[in-house]
Amino acid sequence: MYDYDVVIIGGGVSGCAAARELSRYQVNVCVFEKEEDVCCGTSKANSGIVHAGYDAPEGSLKAEMNLRGNEMMETLAEELDIPFKRNGSLVLCLNQQDMPRLEELYNRGIANGVKGLRILNREEVLEKEPNVADGVFAALYAPTAGIVCPFELNIALAENANVNGVEFRFETEVQEIRKLEEGYELITNQGGFKTRYVVNAAGVYADRFHNMVSADKIHITARRGDYCLLDKSAGNHVKSTVFTLPGEFGKGVLAAPTSHGNLILGPTAIDIEDKEGTNTTREGLDQVLGKVGMSVKNIPMRQVITSFAGLRAHEDGDEFIIEEVRDAKGFIDCAGIESPGLTSCPAIGVRIADMIKEGMGLEEKEDFTAVRKGILKPETLGKEERDALIRENPAYGNIICRCEMITEGEIIDAIHRPLGAKSLDGVKRRTRAGMGRCQSGFCSPRTMEILARERHMDIREVTKSGGNSRIVVGTNKDAL
Amino acid sequence: MENYDIVIIGGGPAGLAAAVSAREQGIDRVLILERDRELGGILNQCIHNGFGLHTFKEELTGPEYAGRFIAQVEEHNIEYKLNTMVMDISRDKVVTAMNREERLFEIQAKAVILAMGCRERARGALNIPGYRPAGIFSAGTAQRLVNMEGYMPGREVVILGSGDIGLIMARRMTLEGARVKVVAELMPYSGGLKRNIVQCLDDYGIPLKLSHTVVDIKGKERLEGITLAEVDSKGKPIPGTEEFYSCDTLLLSVGLIPENELSGGMGVELNPVTSGPRVNESLETNIEGVFACGNVLHVHDLVDFVSEEAKAAGKNAAAYVLNRYPQHADGTKCVPLKAEAGVRYTVPEKICPERMDDQLKVRFRVGNVYKNCCISVYFDDKRIIHKKKAVVAPGEMEEVVLTKEQLLEAPALQTIIVKLEEA
Repeated sequence: MYDYDVVIIGGGVSGCAAARELSRYQVNVCVFEKEEDVCCGTSKANSGIVHAGYDAPEGSLKAEMNLRGNEMMETLAEELDIPFKRNGSLVLCLNQQDMPRLEELYNRGIANGVKGLRILNREEVLEKEPNVADGVFAALYAPTAGIVCPFELNIALAENANVNGVEFRFETEVQEIRKLEEGYELITNQGGFKTRYVVNAAGVYADRFHNMVSADKIHITARRGDYCLLDKSAGNHVKSTVFTLPGEFGKGVLAAPTSHGNLILGPTAIDIEDKEGTNTTREGLDQVLGKVGMSVKNIPMRQVITSFAGLRAHEDGDEFIIEEVRDAKGFIDCAGIESPGLTSCPAIGVRIADMIKEGMGLEEKEDFTAVRKGILKPETLGKEERDALIRENPAYGNIICRCEMITEGEIIDAIHRPLGAKSLDGVKRRTRAGMGRCQSGFCSPRTMEILARERHMDIREVTKSGGNSRIVVGTNKDAL
Repeated sequence: MENYDIVIIGGGPAGLAAAVSAREQGIDRVLILERDRELGGILNQCIHNGFGLHTFKEELTGPEYAGRFIAQVEEHNIEYKLNTMVMDISRDKVVTAMNREERLFEIQAKAVILAMGCRERARGALNIPGYRPAGIFSAGTAQRLVNMEGYMPGREVVILGSGDIGLIMARRMTLEGARVKVVAELMPYSGGLKRNIVQCLDDYGIPLKLSHTVVDIKGKERLEGITLAEVDSKGKPIPGTEEFYSCDTLLLSVGLIPENELSGGMGVELNPVTSGPRVNESLETNIEGVFACGNVLHVHDLVDFVSEEAKAAGKNAAAYVLNRYPQHADGTKCVPLKAEAGVRYTVPEKICPERMDDQLKVRFRVGNVYKNCCISVYFDDKRIIHKKKAVVAPGEMEEVVLTKEQLLEAPALQTIIVKLEEA
């Protein structure tokens, strides 16, 4: 009678974390994702920061999820074989008058339970980060802050959930939700599906789905963040994540190394109407490049290799909503998941799974496997191991992406593993091929060839990111 | 570990010419390492003609031009490895490379010639705002798709940047059935060769809009259009001049960057203006026995000049291997060259008079378009060259020739200055 016990709307980090936690239990779960891949919305375009937890107000759900998520990240990263590093964060205070606000942040952090917080004086800051602005007065140092690769985290959660029995339906867009006597029917572009539970992890669209089933309306604003990413040659410019204290010039932008050694600058915070409005703007990019100079000096702006924008799902109440909707039994919101959403996702997953476990009286699976092996990265191997790998599979001896030194073997692995890559962006987010300084100029024709060969399709059907995003449109002279 | 006298990194026009030249000097153990499937480098996708006018006194296509050198490489039985990526070069010239068959392997070289070429600047380097749909290509990527794979990147095309590849692609896309609506150039002058503007744009009625840039990109999946705007003298878009062009393809021809990640990794000093190694008169980098030539050294306009430069690099590397290359431990006998007043850089950056050939070409680019000017060379305060030019432009590489005699006659010479002066 029911197609699924649980349908999760949205294959971002929250949805996939919930899916993975639910996959521990004997329950029939499916993730509906409107795009062709997981990690296509908010989860793909953010700072990649694991926050320490001093930002959110004491007692808030944001604070609780942040702290728990931060604590869980280490084990999770180990289980899922993804890069995670506690590089520490600094919130810079640029003048003495602002010290009370830095202290306020410190006190909030202590109240929230953040460990190891310290206020550093100017000398200590400069010793730690010689490239911060000369005018720095002091900084709040949080050793538990870290960096994670958001793509790998999202994809790994999804893969692991999938291996443990969670189904994924891509290009499946929920258009309407009908309440049944018990449970819901989701009307999608791929037909109708009945389910006992719905997890609404739809990012910037979570208000739309919530409002379909509840009389208590919520409202989510897409808050755009523009970013600039710099080449790895600039990756050591700062070692910690460097924030500035929000001040008279508004909220500052951060500078941080990424988990793959680039330097990321951003974001802006611009509220927009269009929930698909991931376009950068001149003003936005200028803001990033202008503001970051206030906290970090001598950034080699010539090394910018790409810019992008992401949308945060900002709920009017400025708080995560992770609960069963009061007037819609079995409909669980996971809404308003803006920063620190990436940090919180491991805790969010557990919280959602616990609600359903309790509601349905779920039993644990005997064969759940928490460990997922990532795509083998030959660069992490010693010389002899690497040699042996190429002997076994020569595709690992063939470099496709020159900038990131990604081999054909890694790309083939990315295509054929569970929930494998179908597009150039899918390959890119899984392997980093095309993510380097030439931004896929050299490797895209080769990657297209591999995708076409491995997925048995014509090269003309290869897309950048699914849908109508085809790379080539025909053959030479075919229109003449 | 295998030993070679000279290992050449890159089998494009620079690497090929350097290899042939080194062999002609009597070096037996020469090895070319090429990452692509065949020798020839970027020439293989340059199927238009116009190559070889200087070298062969005839007009060849890119593949034909490469073919001439590949034939010489074969005739000389010069060894090469294809599909082989150089992963690392150590300061003492151990080259670590990788391919499918030989896996990860190391080669000890006596001399190394860097000939890796360049890559195209991508959209990110320009920070063009807007969406990031499919349909945005660097001109060279589109060239590869069309000329080597036979696929059309799109039907309605706007090209940003009037570098030579962009101009060539305007014509190619037109010939293959696409409609090229406009070529926009940020600068008030084109970055490409005059002949390419005539033969690739004017002949096909494709407008060139100088002092224009792309200020917005529309389209969430596939490109739907771009907005052009005029820019002021500082390159800032002028409000009110925006004009929308519907198109499914945007080609970027906005500059080339010498690909020096390997060089940097081994400690080769780079010039921030060229992004290429700093070299002396012998095209030797700061690391003894490591030479550079072609677009990895500085971006050239004509492959003929690449071949010429590479020939010199090959010859000098051979002299180094054969111990015919006088060393100056402290480098004090070298005279530095300085680029001043309108001249952006010079290659080489220093000259050892004893070691130089009878004649030495000093190549450079200017920073703007100058009309009726003079290229001058000063030996300290004394002007020794004063060459009148009707026009010089950043898109055309310039050269002056210095003679050994001139330098030997000036033993107290401190600095050689190359600059532009009013005529």
